[in-house]
Amino acid sequence: MTPELGQLALILALLLAFTQGVLPLVGAWRNNRALMAVARTAATGQAVFVTMAFLLLVWAFLQFDFSVQYVADNSNLALPWYYRIAAVWGAHEGSLLLWIFILNLWTLALAVLSRRLPEVFIARVLGVLGLVSVGFLAFIIFTSNPFMRLLPMPPDGGDLNPVLQDPGMTFHPPVLYMGYVGFSVAFAFSIAALLGGELEQAWVRWARPWTNVAWGFLSAGIVAGSWWAYAELGWGGWWFWDPVENASFMPWLVGAALIHAQAVTEKRGGLRAWTILLSIFAFSLSLLGTFLVRSGVLTSVHAFASDPKRGLFILCFLAVVVGGSLLLYALRAPKVAGGKPFSVVSRETAILIGNLMLTVAAAMVLLGTLFPLLGDALNLGKISVGPPYFGFLFTLLMIPVVLLLPFGPYLRWGKSDTPVLKRVMWRAGLAAVACAIVAALLTDGEGKAIAGTAAAVWCGFGTLLYVFKRWREMPAGRRYPAEMAGMLLAHFGVGVFLAGVLLTNALSVERDVRMSPGQTSSIGGYDFRFDGVQHTTGPNWQGDQGTVTVMRSGREIAVMHPQKRTYTRGQVQTESAINPGLFRDLYVALGEPMDRTQPEGAWALRLYDKPFVRWIWAGGLFMMLGGFFAAADRRFRTKRVAETEAVPAAALQESRA
Amino acid sequence: MNPTRKRRLIIVLLVVAAAVVAVGLTVFALQQNMNYLFTPSQVQTGEARSYKTFRLGGMVKAGSIQRSSDSLKVTFTVVDASGSMPVEYTGILPDLFRDNQSVIATGHMDNARFIATEVLAKHDETYMPKELKDAMAKAHQGKQVNEAAGQDKPQ
Repeated sequence: MTPELGQLALILALLLAFTQGVLPLVGAWRNNRALMAVARTAATGQAVFVTMAFLLLVWAFLQFDFSVQYVADNSNLALPWYYRIAAVWGAHEGSLLLWIFILNLWTLALAVLSRRLPEVFIARVLGVLGLVSVGFLAFIIFTSNPFMRLLPMPPDGGDLNPVLQDPGMTFHPPVLYMGYVGFSVAFAFSIAALLGGELEQAWVRWARPWTNVAWGFLSAGIVAGSWWAYAELGWGGWWFWDPVENASFMPWLVGAALIHAQAVTEKRGGLRAWTILLSIFAFSLSLLGTFLVRSGVLTSVHAFASDPKRGLFILCFLAVVVGGSLLLYALRAPKVAGGKPFSVVSRETAILIGNLMLTVAAAMVLLGTLFPLLGDALNLGKISVGPPYFGFLFTLLMIPVVLLLPFGPYLRWGKSDTPVLKRVMWRAGLAAVACAIVAALLTDGEGKAIAGTAAAVWCGFGTLLYVFKRWREMPAGRRYPAEMAGMLLAHFGVGVFLAGVLLTNALSVERDVRMSPGQTSSIGGYDFRFDGVQHTTGPNWQGDQGTVTVMRSGREIAVMHPQKRTYTRGQVQTESAINPGLFRDLYVALGEPMDRTQPEGAWALRLYDKPFVRWIWAGGLFMMLGGFFAAADRRFRTKRVAETEAVPAAALQESRA
Repeated sequence: MNPTRKRRLIIVLLVVAAAVVAVGLTVFALQQNMNYLFTPSQVQTGEARSYKTFRLGGMVKAGSIQRSSDSLKVTFTVVDASGSMPVEYTGILPDLFRDNQSVIATGHMDNARFIATEVLAKHDETYMPKELKDAMAKAHQGKQVNEAAGQDKPQ
């Protein structure tokens, strides 16, 4: 009975989403306050029903309701309860329900926290979000219903894909979706601004905290995904330029450009059309990401294939959203270049260059990701684009961004003094060169390690210089407003990230070896002794567990237990063992027994020593914190004014400050 | 030419130059890193001759996997409906690598043998990559490609 209630809730939610999408927009157009007032109520009602549907699916999983096809496919009696909850978003239908659930969370948050915004504007924003919601709810109901019944009911279900049975997987999709879907808010703000034609800066100020939070979540989601790939896929890599990784990375790049462009628009009035365009792109790329993952058109780890109807639906939806919003943009975008003038040496110029590089990088990734589809359509054969393409071009494009980064906080709006900048350049440059020389001596002139150290010190030390300057010059309590703290955290994070990427790349020792019990293998100064393999069992798997003792100069450092699991339906899954550390990770994974009939004998093992690998994710987390801090600035909360007239004055005051 | 026009001309030229450099670099990087997918029978008819590195896709022939006794070297045969190709690989094979499993190997030809640097098998046992399915269907138009493998994972 409950699955039918879930389905009913989804249908009611669709009707409410339709109401939320149409009536307020009509009301805003006709200036009818009654119709505009529908927006909040409809949004709340929709959220209630979607939450209900979501909870009913969770309930079906917890109750082992195998009469529901989706539950029967993705769980079984032996699956622990926490993975049964994660299984809700473990496959296509449920992950779409999660998508729409999160969209409703964002809409609800917006409806609650936007009481001070002009009524017309918020009616349009909620209306646009309602229309997005209509698209996704229709998609769920017509093509991928998670509540489909399976009769007769099987005694036990299938299994959740074993690669998803990992704690990292419980967090990765919800957090990533928080980011993906969060860009729909920035998108709705831009569309509302285009519809209203009120292109003064006010709307950007309102959109900024939302965009920053969404970008922060997206950063966290990508970090979680990267960590999961490292720990769970058993290859010890953290980024593969896989189509689906790219799908999440493109909105991130455009989002990073967007939060900087928004700052220019808000404070100086410039780049107005560009900011709108970037909001449209960020959300379109999020949709494209969903399309790439769900349609199975590209071969990737995430492609749980589905029928072509679904791919076609998302493609049409994508065409309507992108086409419609670009058409609206063409008709209504501000034609006259606005904003205060700025000279060559100014914060605006630096942000412009950064924006250019980030968007070109996103376009480059898009080209590489879609090229196989393009080649297929043009009958060029079955092509795939190798990771070096992305690695080479991305590095090239990011060099200017990294070079400009330490100057960011020092640059002023409009026009900046060069002596200050020169001083920064000298100090950060000297520090970078000094550390690079030390790195060269320590690593025997390893090129990437030197470049990594130099780039990391350049960004990190450059940012710290500014932190120190503020500390010295400003009175306590006014040193680091949240917005500035956010920027400094994120920029510092770029330095940490660079150190992680380049040092790991240069100094990692990765070796696949064949080892008999008792044999020792030395890697990066560590001795790995293989102590054989024992049989072991878990709640829904059985497998072989190896024991590897790690020693350094005769002293025991760690005993590691990599596993090779066989799940109930026969899927094999490698569970690596990781000994974490701030400066290095030791990573051991079981390959396969040399002789399948004798698992006690020799095995193939992967032994890795990965220095600084944790800095990659630490850098990403710093960037996430940056996004959250910046969004928390008091300025975004207190200066929201009901009357639009009051806003330009406030903005003027701010930009002078 | 007045100064304003001259400035505009310089800007336009700079933009064009930047665009040319960008497009050139992109095309270069794409060309260097494009990998084509072929099936064993396509390789045998010589379609892959002009490519140094390419990807070989097909099914692992049952009973063909052989491990060397003292190293990580492994040899196996990849087949499609009418061709077969011996493959040599040194390293650890993916979890789902086994007999009758669809695989994609990246590498180059050495005489009549394919030396793989990377071997991929799918994460889901019933799922066959769409591109491999298409390539195998194309190599054998009219013949039936393994119908079960062609089906996507039942949802």
